[in-house]
Amino acid sequence: MTYPVPDRRIMLQTDELTKNFGATRALNGATMHVARGEIVAVMGPSGSGKSTLLHCMAGIFTPDSGATWFDGRRTDLLSDDTRTKLRRTDFGFVFQFGQLVPELTAIDNIALPLLLSGVRRRDAYARAASWFTRLDLEGLENRRTGELSGGQAQRVAVGRALVGSPRVLFTDEPTGSLDSLTGEKVMDLLVEIARADGTTVVLVTHDARVAAHADREVTVRDGKVNEFLGAGV
Amino acid sequence: MAVVNVPTTLLGLLEPEPSHGYELKREYDTLFAGNGRPLSFGQLYGTLARLERDGQIAVHGAEPGDGPDRKRYIITSTGVAQLEKWLAEPEKPEPLLQAVLFIKVVLALLSDRPAELYLDTQRAAHLARMRELTAMRKSGPLSRTLLADFGLFHLEADLRWIEMTAARLDQLRSEIVR
Repeated sequence: MTYPVPDRRIMLQTDELTKNFGATRALNGATMHVARGEIVAVMGPSGSGKSTLLHCMAGIFTPDSGATWFDGRRTDLLSDDTRTKLRRTDFGFVFQFGQLVPELTAIDNIALPLLLSGVRRRDAYARAASWFTRLDLEGLENRRTGELSGGQAQRVAVGRALVGSPRVLFTDEPTGSLDSLTGEKVMDLLVEIARADGTTVVLVTHDARVAAHADREVTVRDGKVNEFLGAGV
Repeated sequence: MAVVNVPTTLLGLLEPEPSHGYELKREYDTLFAGNGRPLSFGQLYGTLARLERDGQIAVHGAEPGDGPDRKRYIITSTGVAQLEKWLAEPEKPEPLLQAVLFIKVVLALLSDRPAELYLDTQRAAHLARMRELTAMRKSGPLSRTLLADFGLFHLEADLRWIEMTAARLDQLRSEIVR
């Protein structure tokens, strides 16, 4: 099916997405959009389809039907290789458990995406080092990530996701494994950096306090999206 | 506990079918007086008299009894409009709203109105207030942050109640609908 190209102010859009896992329908006509530079929280109960929606928007899953768009470009029709490249160059990710490489130090982890996208080693490490002040992690550059506290590790994950200046940050329960105060610090930092850099953010969470950091929220229920008042465009 | 809007609640109980004062009190107490605060007869009849004066309910026949005749009341179109306006309008997001929200949900289910939509509207209002408080906690001294946190934690508790209720509307409907 063909869908009209979204408005230029739209960074991400999904049209009538469906996605099944075996007999389970995770998405059932999910339609939403995110404007450029907007921070949108995707809320909903467990099993509502919110994480599947994020994975489809980010090109990790291919929807069974419907369309996904990034910056005016249809992404569900791209080849796996092209989508992988897109994820590496334009998207950043922060998940509940930072998924850092435990054998590597904090600075190695932040430099890693730059090295993978071909930045020279010296430049990658210089850029990674410059993030430690911003992340309030000075002095911890050479700690292995297993030696960091949960909040510190999650800030490293934020740095790793944003060091390559992605245009979109996808994040799924970024504070899910942290206590309230530590979680607030991580969210304050994530939102401050995203706003300063103009990064568009999709923030999947069931936690209203986390969602309150966003510009607006949508709710996913039974694989469908309710876009409430105040849509970004 | 937020103040219960007794007049509108009585309108909601009257809407499905005409009823007597005593039946209304019994239904009100069964559904909403779980906190040990039943409706007094003085408040009941005073409220019914005001609703009648304002054209929101009307007397719909009377039955002779042992004492004075028992008036049977019916909701008017003005009363229905008032009820709908109240149901659809989100409450001001402030802590400890559960009593009012619970009444709205029950009345919506009794009258086959979209309870889920009212909860969604309330959720949006709560989240909008939480965004304001989140912005406030970033911009001031610690005392301001802690004050904002107090509001945020309480609104979060309301939202959890909203989520739990939204997930169990069908069960509640089957329990209370006559």
